[in-house]
Amino acid sequence: MGTAPASRDVTSYGMGLAAPLALFFLFFFVAPLLQLLWLSLHNDTAALHWGLGQYLHFLTDPFSLSVLGSTLLLGAEVTAVCLVLGFPIAWLYQRVGPRLQTIIILIVLLPLLTSVVVRTFAWIVILGRQGIINATLQSLGIIDTPLKLLYTQFGVVIALAQVQMPLMTLPLITALGRIDPNLDDASCSLGAGSWRTFVRIVLPLSLPGVIAGCTLTYAAAITAFITQSLIGGGQMLFMPMYLYQQASTLQNWPFASAISIIFLLAVLVVVSVFTTLGRLSRGYGGA
Amino acid sequence: MAEAQGGRSLVVDAVTHRYPSGALAVENINLDVKGGEIIALLGPSGCGKTTLLRIIAGFIAQSQGRIIIGDDIVDALPPNRRAVGIVFQNYALFPHLSISENVGYGLAARGIDKATRQREAQRLLELVQLPAMAERLPRQLSGGQQQRVALARALAIKPSILLLDEPFAALDKNLRLDMQIEIKRLHRVSGITTLIVTHDQEEALSMADRVAVLGHGKLEQFGTPSDVYDRPQTLFVNTFVGSSNRMPGVVISADRTAAKVRLDAGAEIIARPAGGVLTEGGRVTVCIRPEHLQFVADETGFAGVVGMSLPLGATVVHEVTTADGSGVKVSQARIGETRALESGAAVRLAPLAPSLANAFPATL
Repeated sequence: MGTAPASRDVTSYGMGLAAPLALFFLFFFVAPLLQLLWLSLHNDTAALHWGLGQYLHFLTDPFSLSVLGSTLLLGAEVTAVCLVLGFPIAWLYQRVGPRLQTIIILIVLLPLLTSVVVRTFAWIVILGRQGIINATLQSLGIIDTPLKLLYTQFGVVIALAQVQMPLMTLPLITALGRIDPNLDDASCSLGAGSWRTFVRIVLPLSLPGVIAGCTLTYAAAITAFITQSLIGGGQMLFMPMYLYQQASTLQNWPFASAISIIFLLAVLVVVSVFTTLGRLSRGYGGA
Repeated sequence: MAEAQGGRSLVVDAVTHRYPSGALAVENINLDVKGGEIIALLGPSGCGKTTLLRIIAGFIAQSQGRIIIGDDIVDALPPNRRAVGIVFQNYALFPHLSISENVGYGLAARGIDKATRQREAQRLLELVQLPAMAERLPRQLSGGQQQRVALARALAIKPSILLLDEPFAALDKNLRLDMQIEIKRLHRVSGITTLIVTHDQEEALSMADRVAVLGHGKLEQFGTPSDVYDRPQTLFVNTFVGSSNRMPGVVISADRTAAKVRLDAGAEIIARPAGGVLTEGGRVTVCIRPEHLQFVADETGFAGVVGMSLPLGATVVHEVTTADGSGVKVSQARIGETRALESGAAVRLAPLAPSLANAFPATL
């Protein structure tokens, strides 16, 4: 609040200060994006003939569509795993003492403090044929031949879920922390069991956090080039790697650009669905 | 009316609670509340009154003792099966549910169908005089309205006991009186046994049939408002409830009903032994309320010098310094023309009656 009664509109300050960042974005984000769009609207690799051929090619090619589909599915699976595993952690965080809170937040943040490459290689060590899981199960006599964990969808989902977990847990912790603990007690004193309290009170009020967490996790999971490629290996192909192959290996820049634009639109659709849900849930007040 | 089921009794039987650290929160509390009574749990913050409320509601399991509601020992029951209605200090309305859904929440938990719930919610909202608010969200209501909704929500489950946690603390002064009247009215309609937790003595004395004064986790006194105010059993009650002058002295002679005390301020007075048996020669603290002191013209009472006089509307308060250097306050009703006392005037003071001076054994 300004002390002067006739203080200027606060928005008039911000614009000038945001200019450097805006210029940076204009040159290094908006301009390349427009260039990408321009490139994708050409039918030949030399980008001489205008046309929608690249888009038609992608949308009529079953292989390309299956890559897109499996990428979006991967994102959904990782998001689901993160939500199911992250919610209890966030819930627990709000109900333990300060010392345990520190430990939980440390565990949650730890993945962010190590490089993605290191974490992914750790998962290779864990999931590999001679990895920790297989070695343990074999020495216990539970299995005879090693399980195939690496280079599978399952492996990619597990590794991505661990890597992206903070993106889910942190918004959830914030959202759950905003809920008045008295509401829990009020619900309970009115005769509701813990399940009803969770479904009717805690879950709806934490929805803004759920949606923020899901959006972040989803966007991060489907674009996680390193983890997808290293854990998925050669057999599993997702959009980032597909794009990379077209651009880098095959030098087919217009097609790679078209893939980017389609991928971008697909992600935008999913994210806007999430944010629409978020806007609806904001009607709940969020406290 | 459906609520008029007569309140159930509540017995707090030798309840003690220790924090995990080992510190005592409440110690050996005994309360025997008759069905339909309004009881105030009065005490300064940190005295354990909220802990006791949470024990009765079932949110805290006490270390020792029993809670008995009606004929049932409820210690083994979780809060959602005790049928105890609570109005929280911040109301704790569910912000994402409409007023009607808030009021009907407890009924939904009991599996009652939607049409009945809405009908019942509407009836209760009429009871708390908010019939037109059913479809609004809590944040669209004022503080006083939110509290009425919280009351309706708690009453909807037809609770055996109603617990109110600092119900008027968040309201401004005018609204506070309205809500006190409102709660009294609802209590008359429903006849529900009601426990009000408060740190405000006026609230406790005006609302409650009986007041339980808590200090440092112990029950200091449990009695009617006039018992607590006029016949305090402990020094703590005497000084916490109402204001009081504390005057040290020595017992000259004492029996069960009266004690002759020589005040350090320099007078012999007759006082009521309030906190148990007094022994001759023992040190005592005599409590006399400002309104129970009078100026006397003869040589009885103790001498003092007027420091300043504060006209507070209906009363005038004089601050008097006694011979031993301690200050006492004297409150005079403003009848006709009040004597204007000049600063530095020599006066003599005496209690209005022996029963209005309470002598407690001095604790060191």
